[in-house]
Amino acid sequence: MTELNTQTSEEAAPPKAATPTGSMIATLGLVAAICGLIIVGAYQLTLDAVEQNKVIKERRAVEKVMPDAKSVVGYYVFDDQKIEPVENVDKEPKKYPAAKLKFFAGYDAAGTLLGIAAEGSAKGYADQVRVMFAYSEACQCINGMTVVSMKETPGIGDKADPTKEDIVDKQFMKNFVALDVKLAQDMKALANEVKTVKHGRKANPWEIDAIAGATITSKAIGKGINASAQALLPKVVPNLDKIRSKKP
Amino acid sequence: MSTSTTLEQFMEGIWKQNPTFVMVLGMCPTLAVTTSAINALSMGAATLFVLVFSCWLISVMRNIIPKEVRIATYVVIIATFVTVVDYAIQAISLKLYDALGAFISLIVVNCIILGRAEAHASKNTPLNAMLNATGVGIGFIIGLLSLGVVREVLGAGKLFGVSLFGANFQPWVVMVLPPGGFFVLGCWLLIFAAWERRKQKKESTQ
Repeated sequence: MTELNTQTSEEAAPPKAATPTGSMIATLGLVAAICGLIIVGAYQLTLDAVEQNKVIKERRAVEKVMPDAKSVVGYYVFDDQKIEPVENVDKEPKKYPAAKLKFFAGYDAAGTLLGIAAEGSAKGYADQVRVMFAYSEACQCINGMTVVSMKETPGIGDKADPTKEDIVDKQFMKNFVALDVKLAQDMKALANEVKTVKHGRKANPWEIDAIAGATITSKAIGKGINASAQALLPKVVPNLDKIRSKKP
Repeated sequence: MSTSTTLEQFMEGIWKQNPTFVMVLGMCPTLAVTTSAINALSMGAATLFVLVFSCWLISVMRNIIPKEVRIATYVVIIATFVTVVDYAIQAISLKLYDALGAFISLIVVNCIILGRAEAHASKNTPLNAMLNATGVGIGFIIGLLSLGVVREVLGAGKLFGVSLFGANFQPWVVMVLPPGGFFVLGCWLLIFAAWERRKQKKESTQ
């Protein structure tokens, strides 16, 4: 870095003797203390805004997949099939063990349950692809999908992202108008696994027709939806009456 | 110190020792996050903030930092301000945070900042150190922006998210992919080198 040293120093320090260990530790301690204070201060100052941003981001995705919903209630699903509104859990965090799954119930202006929305994720071409989808009880299908975050290749994989309105593949989005996710007889899993098939090979209502050239991204979206629906729907569907009655 | 040299200290980083085009430092964020003008500007602003405040703190403490552990001390101070920036960007916009990704944390090892700390801030008064750091930071923003603007206009047909060319424009997608970064940087370096050479020629003929 010779060019960096062209600066003429104002106070060219004479070569010092070796510093005693004690003062080195003292200085490092002082620096660490000052830095610690600065970090804690910044964390405290920004904490609320960061939390709020995360909630807003989640809500935007829910609104995108359930555009008719006028009010949204978040729920946690527990291992024993119990579901509990997020608000209750946040108020009494100690009473509940760690919740595994989260979903949102959307209601229209009259308080009728429109459906639920949940997040799923799977590994895409570049990074994790996180999607939000809406489930409608009436058709037992997925009737909305949006991308929460993805880092897929611009111009190829990001055609699957409906938040990019000018480049999104409209044909691909038609997959998520009525994607079949009926539960099997025993209510323990989906009757048919949601599956992404190669472009132009879609034959069944539970299949997703991939974008030509972006098969990996399309598959990641299919996998994310499938994993989340397999885990969530068997626990949520039996509880739909409870969710319905709890209209806001 | 007279005012002219203070101004010189400030201007040096912007032009004569521009970190991107003259010193060719900090190439990692320069190539990676300049896919759009707004990303480039935010990355530059984040680096400027870290640069100015860490140089200030290092300069304030320059007489008590033992020379044996100076690099460790600088890294701790720089890392502190990077963490502050990290929180601030999360609070401002999660979308921006996702776009910049790991490159915010990587400001810690950006050699522009460590270089300024070692070569300037540790030997100058806090005011001068901050002035010089501001100059270098603005120079870095100029560098990032000149890549970000070109890449966004060619690669997405937009500037700061505003469409420039209507619906018929077919974006030159390679420009927002990694190869486009090298290509645009190469062109800019060529322009600067050609300019420098012409200036030298002029000076030698005079």
